[in-house]
Amino acid sequence: MLKTRLIAVVVIKGEVAVQSYEFKRYLPIGDPRVVVDYLNRWGVDEIVLLDIDATRGSRRPNFELLKACAHLCHVPVAFGGGIASLDDVSAAIYSGADKVVINSAALRLPSVVSDGALRFGNQSIIAAIDARSCGQGRYEAFGHSGTIPAACSPTELAKKFEASGAGEVLVTSIDRDGSKRGYDLELVTQIQSAVSLPVIACGGVGHPTHFLDAARIRVSGLAAANFFNHSEHSVLVAKRYLSAAGASVRLDHDAEKDRDRFDELGRTDKKEDPYLDSLYIERFVEEVI
Amino acid sequence: MGRSGIAIVNCGLGNIGSVANALEWLQEPYFLADGVTDLNDASGIILPGVGAFSAAMQRLGDSGLLDELRNQIYGRHKPVLGICIGMQILARTSEEGGLHSGLGWLDASVVKLQPGDALRVPHVGWNNVSTVRPSRLFKGIDNGAHFYFDHSYRFVCDSSFVTSVCDYGGAFNASIESGNIFATQFHPEKSQRNGLKLLRNFGAICREYR
Repeated sequence: MLKTRLIAVVVIKGEVAVQSYEFKRYLPIGDPRVVVDYLNRWGVDEIVLLDIDATRGSRRPNFELLKACAHLCHVPVAFGGGIASLDDVSAAIYSGADKVVINSAALRLPSVVSDGALRFGNQSIIAAIDARSCGQGRYEAFGHSGTIPAACSPTELAKKFEASGAGEVLVTSIDRDGSKRGYDLELVTQIQSAVSLPVIACGGVGHPTHFLDAARIRVSGLAAANFFNHSEHSVLVAKRYLSAAGASVRLDHDAEKDRDRFDELGRTDKKEDPYLDSLYIERFVEEVI
Repeated sequence: MGRSGIAIVNCGLGNIGSVANALEWLQEPYFLADGVTDLNDASGIILPGVGAFSAAMQRLGDSGLLDELRNQIYGRHKPVLGICIGMQILARTSEEGGLHSGLGWLDASVVKLQPGDALRVPHVGWNNVSTVRPSRLFKGIDNGAHFYFDHSYRFVCDSSFVTSVCDYGGAFNASIESGNIFATQFHPEKSQRNGLKLLRNFGAICREYR
């Protein structure tokens, strides 16, 4: 059975991976290559690298950094930020990206999506929609990292992207970005109803239960940026939470599959003392491939 | 004097970087077959898998490697691993983007994946692969192991070639084998440990060939 994907979004500003808050404030995390290396080891299902300086047009997409990060990954890597032409799509793919995320450019030049899909296949193109709530279940889509309004609604945009040949849709709530209030499920549901493509939700995860809420409405991918950088083994902890709750996720890890308890912030609680006393040190021999 | 190691045939099919990365991590000698016309010393061949079917066939034709590939694979029975679109081009025909001809090296056809209304296409993400007959490619890999898929079309052929299947609104062929020809619908180069094991097994098959 196809599993729901846990997707880590690594937001990159300059040469630094950052935490993002409502697309306005950014706090540094560190070297993107280290972030990607850890995520890969922690069993993440897919990684999205977003170069936000390139999105804002201040420079060309950072293909060198993409190459360095892709080198460390044995899971699919999608790259986005400033992809504005078929040449950019090609450059990203040849630098190691398995998929390309297109947002703003597609608003100005829809042929980027269709040309990219024709050359590299629909599955290589993820159409990204960033949206803000206008209240009463209405939303407005934006390009350029939330700064320029798109000419149409998120659902209309999603339909256009599908018609142009995109393989997946990544929908991000700008309001929820960094808020830890959970995904904007109304927005996600509207996009799911508008297209027949797989939809990835993003924006707002603060607790593993937010992943569960979206898994229950059968999204294809559960994406988060800040969340995976808040604690060690965040990917594994989230997957174990989801698995214990009955969600269908890939859990191929050697760590013991014991049931975790979580505090109100979504961090694993300390195990009971009698249990800790009963543990003994076991030598774990790493499998050599 | 040709290059040695596993030849990765880059015919502009897209991302050969992931396959190269995986082989490098495994320390399996490889080379990119870009601009190379002599694959005599290659221990095996990988046809990696990003791209639309007709574009892939076009570029393979333009690369000038088609005759050399036929020679190595049919004449010299060199092991070859097709991945995703690299599997699909082995078929006689494909429906993707209209009816197109493939290499026809296997009696097979490529048709649209139609899993039913509740399931979305492309089939993208991690899914279980169930082996249906023993294969050297799956040595040491659990039955039902997860691999990464991303496709909208599936490979239809006689069951005697099928080594594993996957379920997405019904079973479809996840991997095939016919003599020295191996192919997977999923992406071993993007499937973490299971994928690395499979590529290691292919490396071993290539070493046995020598």
